[in-house]
Amino acid sequence: MLVVATSAAGAVAGLGVATPFVMSMMPSARARAAGAPVEVDLTKLEPGMMMTVEWRGKPVWIVHRTPAMLELLEKSEQDLADPGSRIPMQPEYARNQQRSIKPEFLVLVGICTHLGCSPSQRLEAGTASGLGEDWPGGFFCPCHGSRFDLAGRVYRGAPAPANLEVPPHAYLSDARLVLGEESRGA
Amino acid sequence: MTRMSALLNWIDERFPLTSTWKQHLSEYYAPKNFNFWYYFGSLALLVLVIQIVTGIFLTMHYKPDAEQAFASVEYIMRDVSWGWAIRYIHSTGASMFFVVVYLHMFRALIYGSYRKPRELLWILGVLIYLCLMAEAFFGYLLPWGQMSYWGAQVIVNLFAAIPLIGPDLAVWIRGDYVVSDATLNRFFAFHVIAIPLVLLALVAAHLVALHEVGSNNPDGVEIKKKKDASGRPLDGIPFHPYYTVKDLVGVVVFLMVFSVIVFFAPEMGGYFLEHNNFIPADPLKTPEHIAPVWYFTPYYSILRAVPPFLGSQFPGVLAMGLAVIVLFFLPWLDRGAVKSIRYRGAIYKTALTLFVASFLLLGYLGTEPTNVWGQFGGWLGGAERATVVARIGTIVYFAFFLLMPWYTRIDKTRPEPERVTC
Repeated sequence: MLVVATSAAGAVAGLGVATPFVMSMMPSARARAAGAPVEVDLTKLEPGMMMTVEWRGKPVWIVHRTPAMLELLEKSEQDLADPGSRIPMQPEYARNQQRSIKPEFLVLVGICTHLGCSPSQRLEAGTASGLGEDWPGGFFCPCHGSRFDLAGRVYRGAPAPANLEVPPHAYLSDARLVLGEESRGA
Repeated sequence: MTRMSALLNWIDERFPLTSTWKQHLSEYYAPKNFNFWYYFGSLALLVLVIQIVTGIFLTMHYKPDAEQAFASVEYIMRDVSWGWAIRYIHSTGASMFFVVVYLHMFRALIYGSYRKPRELLWILGVLIYLCLMAEAFFGYLLPWGQMSYWGAQVIVNLFAAIPLIGPDLAVWIRGDYVVSDATLNRFFAFHVIAIPLVLLALVAAHLVALHEVGSNNPDGVEIKKKKDASGRPLDGIPFHPYYTVKDLVGVVVFLMVFSVIVFFAPEMGGYFLEHNNFIPADPLKTPEHIAPVWYFTPYYSILRAVPPFLGSQFPGVLAMGLAVIVLFFLPWLDRGAVKSIRYRGAIYKTALTLFVASFLLLGYLGTEPTNVWGQFGGWLGGAERATVVARIGTIVYFAFFLLMPWYTRIDKTRPEPERVTC
C-alpha cells in the first residue's frame, strides 16, 4: 500500500517535472507571432498569373484564373480522386467546384499532400506544359508525380492522398486578401 | 615487487582494474572459430569512436542557426585548417557505420546469434540500430542544405500522418509550423548530446550482455557446454591477445577502405553526400527528386509502396515502422532446430536469399524516383513498374519474418556438431 502510494505520488511528481521540458518544445511565443495572418494586395495579379506569398513559412499560391481556366475545371472532373472535395482540405466556404470564395482567385498552400514537397506550376494547357497535349493545366509534384488541376484537386492514381489544402482566408476588400484569418473583427 | 606492480596493487585494492581486464579481455573466452563476419562488431565500436571524436571537433566551428548553418559548414570545408578532412571523415563515418552495422546484423541472421540465450543481446542491438537511425536523421538536417531541409520535412510529416495526435505531434517535434531555426537548434541538441548518451549506454549494455552469455560462433553451438578441468571452454580462446590481434587486421583493412573514400570519393557519387545538399535550404522550393541517404532507402521504398487509405498516408508510415519493429521479435519467430545456416536446410537458405535480395532491391528503388522503370501498359492500368516491384519486395520483406515460425519448423536441418568445426 505504502509502495503503491509512493509510486503514484512519484509518478505525479515525475509528470509535473516533465511538463516544462515537454512544453518548452512547443512553438515559442515568437514562432506563434510569426505565424500571424498575412495581408496580400491582389491589384497587380493579372488574369492567368500566379503569385506566391509566404505564410507560416509555407508557400501560398494565389492564382488569378481566367474564364477559360474555370471552364476546364468541369472537364477534368472525371479523372479526379475527390472532385467534390469530400476530404476536408478546405474551409467550408471554399467547398465548391472552384474551391475558392471568389471563383477567379484560387488560394492554395503550395505543399503536396503526399509528403510535403512543393509542386511545380504547369498552369498552361497542352504540350507546352510537358505533360502531354491533353493536360488541362494545373500543378505537378516532381517528387512522386502527383498531378493536381487548377483548383488543386488531385488526379486519380497519384500518390497524394488528398487535394491541396486551401488555407483559411478572407477578403478585406475587393483586392485585399488576408491569409490565416476567416474574418477580421469589424 | 617492482614499482609498476606496486602501483597496480594500490589501484586494485581500490578499483577492480585487473579483474575487469581479465573478465572482459584476457580471460574472456571466445569461440576459436570466428571468421570474417566477426570483424564488424569491433569495427562498429571503432566507427563510434571516430564519429564522437570528429563530431566534437566539428561542433567547435559549426553554428546551429538557420541563418549561419550552411555557411558554417562551408567555412569548415574551406577556411578551417583540416576542416575538410574532419568533416569528410564524419560524413563517411556516418555511411560506414551503417555498412558495418548492416553486415554485423547479417552475421547475426546467418549464424542465429539472436537465439536463446542471446535474445536480450539482440534486442539491445536493435535498440542501438534505432538510436543510430535517429542519430543519422537528426545529423542530416545540420548542414541545412536542400536535402537536409526537405528530407526532414518529409520525415516529420510522417508523424503528422498518425491519426488524431499527428498534426500536433509534428508541430511539437518541429517547434514551429514548418521546419525552421527552432527545428535545427533542437535537432542539434539531439544529435550532439541526447542520442549519443543513450547510444553509449546501450553499447555498454550490449557488451555487458555479450560477455554474460558469451559469443555465438559460425557453428551456432554453445562452447560453454564442454569445459576443461579448470572450467575454461575447450573451444574457447582468450579474447586478448588472440582476437585483439585478429581485429587489428580488420581495423587496418577497414581504415584503408575508409581512407580511400575520404580522400578520393567522399560524396560517393551522391550516395554518401547528396548533390542537392550543396544548395542552401530553401523552404519555398522543393528539389526535383527527394531521396533519403542510402541507408534509409529500403524503408523509404516500403513507405512509398503502401498505397494511401481513405485519404491518409498512415498505412505506409505504419508499414515502415513495423519493418523495423519486427526485428525485435526475431528471437521468438525463429523455431529452427539449429542456429547456424551451416546446418539449416534449403527452405531457410532460400528465404534468407529472397530477404537479402528484397532488402537490396528496395534499397535501390528508394534512391530513385518511382517512375525510374517507366510504366506497364494498359493491361495493368498503366501502373508504375518500380512501384509494383517495390510492393512485391515489401511483401517478401515481411513474409521473411511473419512466415518464419512456419518455414523454420518444416525446414530439413542437419544435426549440429558437438564441438565447433574449423
